[in-house]
Amino acid sequence: MVRMTPHTVRLGAGAGFAGDRIDPAVDLARRGSLNYLIFECLGERTVAAGHARRLRDPDDGYDPLLGARLRAVLPACRSSGTAVVTNSGAANPAAAGARAAEVVRELGLPPPRIGIVTGDDVLDTVRRLDPVVWETGERLSGCADELISANAYLGAEPVAEALDGGADLVITGRLADPALYVGPLMHEFGWGAGEHDLLARGTMVGHLLECAGQLTGGYFADPGTKPVPGMARLGFPYADVDRNGMAVLGKLAGSGGRLDPRTCGEQLLYEVDDPAAYVTPDVVADFTGVTFGQSARDEVRARGATGRPRPEELKVTLGFRGGWLGEGQISYAGPRCLDRARLAADIVRERLVSVHGLAAGAIETEFIGAAAAFRGLLAVPEPAEVRLRVSARVPTAELAGAVGWEVESLYTNGPAGGGGARQDRREVVVVRSCLISRAQVAAAVRFLEPR
Amino acid sequence: MSRISLDELADVRAGDKGDTLMLAVLPRDAAAFRLLDRELTAAVVREHFGPVVTGQVRRHVVPGLPAFVFRLPGVLAGGVTGSTILDGHGKTLGFYLLTLRLPLPDQPG
Repeated sequence: MVRMTPHTVRLGAGAGFAGDRIDPAVDLARRGSLNYLIFECLGERTVAAGHARRLRDPDDGYDPLLGARLRAVLPACRSSGTAVVTNSGAANPAAAGARAAEVVRELGLPPPRIGIVTGDDVLDTVRRLDPVVWETGERLSGCADELISANAYLGAEPVAEALDGGADLVITGRLADPALYVGPLMHEFGWGAGEHDLLARGTMVGHLLECAGQLTGGYFADPGTKPVPGMARLGFPYADVDRNGMAVLGKLAGSGGRLDPRTCGEQLLYEVDDPAAYVTPDVVADFTGVTFGQSARDEVRARGATGRPRPEELKVTLGFRGGWLGEGQISYAGPRCLDRARLAADIVRERLVSVHGLAAGAIETEFIGAAAAFRGLLAVPEPAEVRLRVSARVPTAELAGAVGWEVESLYTNGPAGGGGARQDRREVVVVRSCLISRAQVAAAVRFLEPR
Repeated sequence: MSRISLDELADVRAGDKGDTLMLAVLPRDAAAFRLLDRELTAAVVREHFGPVVTGQVRRHVVPGLPAFVFRLPGVLAGGVTGSTILDGHGKTLGFYLLTLRLPLPDQPG
């Protein structure tokens, strides 16, 4: 099944976030003729939440969906020779590797060579270095919250090293998302750390693919201006890349979605604050010269990225225990609904302060349906209905429960016509960022021997 | 002079980094790009978002797409971890930009 042309490598996007759909990856594994299937499953909060789980159970901390994803795609990948690369190792790549080996045994497949990338965990290092935290502007030791994790963004080199060592399945923790895609290209084409333009082209491909369905019409569709067909069976994208970094993006015939210069343009700029300097551990990429050309239906040529030398410092995501979030919601509808919701908000706010002792500044109230998402920027006429949401971050689970309790008690003590009260509380992990010298970070690759 | 809504000229995608909101604006055709290049300045975008912007708004142009990228510091006050509001990432705020109305030069004749 592997494509017979030796000149290009086909990289498929298997997931764009931890909670992504599984069936599009199965479709790619079965009929995509992929060389690599790549699962990006690690957000900033996901890795910190993984550490919180690992603190409770030393064998946990990796992506809870890892087993299900591998079980779904490995039969096809093992028979076609498609290698799998994923950052689903999250806070515990070694345990994730053991879980992967277990899945392979359960399926009765020929055992893959599993490469584990570690070294992103820099908790002890940041405690020693005490860097300045971006969000607070103060040194880490000045943060009152309890630090539970610190993960440096590794680059593509350890992924390439694992593949050079014969890995069919590479499991990492925190790695820059595009590096999951650049690693296989470095391995296949022998690109070195000094080849800035090639690394920038590979990084562009990785950035376009890393959110999977966002390239093929997901997060793009708008029935009025940007219709997308077949979104319930959205096809995930792949890229054919040659040794010069020239790329053609595609998706499988018969899958839903669309792939054209407009979907690519939006995704290229997604979460990019300076298109002339997209910084990764591998390269500083300049996307300002990028162009997209439609070469066939659902097929796009991408070119024009250039690169400058990689930064000397690596970004680190810090995870802190952030107390508890409590929330409650209740709906009001019809005449004066916004006035009744505002009265309800005032009552809850007053009681959370006077009865439960919350700080007034910790309490947020939102009027959903009255442009709450626009944060007061847009005046709206009286809505047909409005849903009050009260939320607060507090130190204890008990206080978090008080927020929803006070909203629910509006039933018999609040304004007329309240309905559909709901409440929730959950533990919060706060993430912040800092930089440390790359000399302080030692990525390591090891292989799990088949048993 | 008549006015036209940005919603009729361009698509928008929002992203976040800390408390900075990033908005990518993609004009739908070459005429829209020329109009927005002239009218959709950093100052106009800053004015539309008002006092929630705490620093300098920067505009980058990506001519080959074409597209504009705006960087609006402070809009996400505290970012996703500093606030308990529902859309802490500000993902919905791209469509607030689309409510902006811009001057449309009178057509000749």
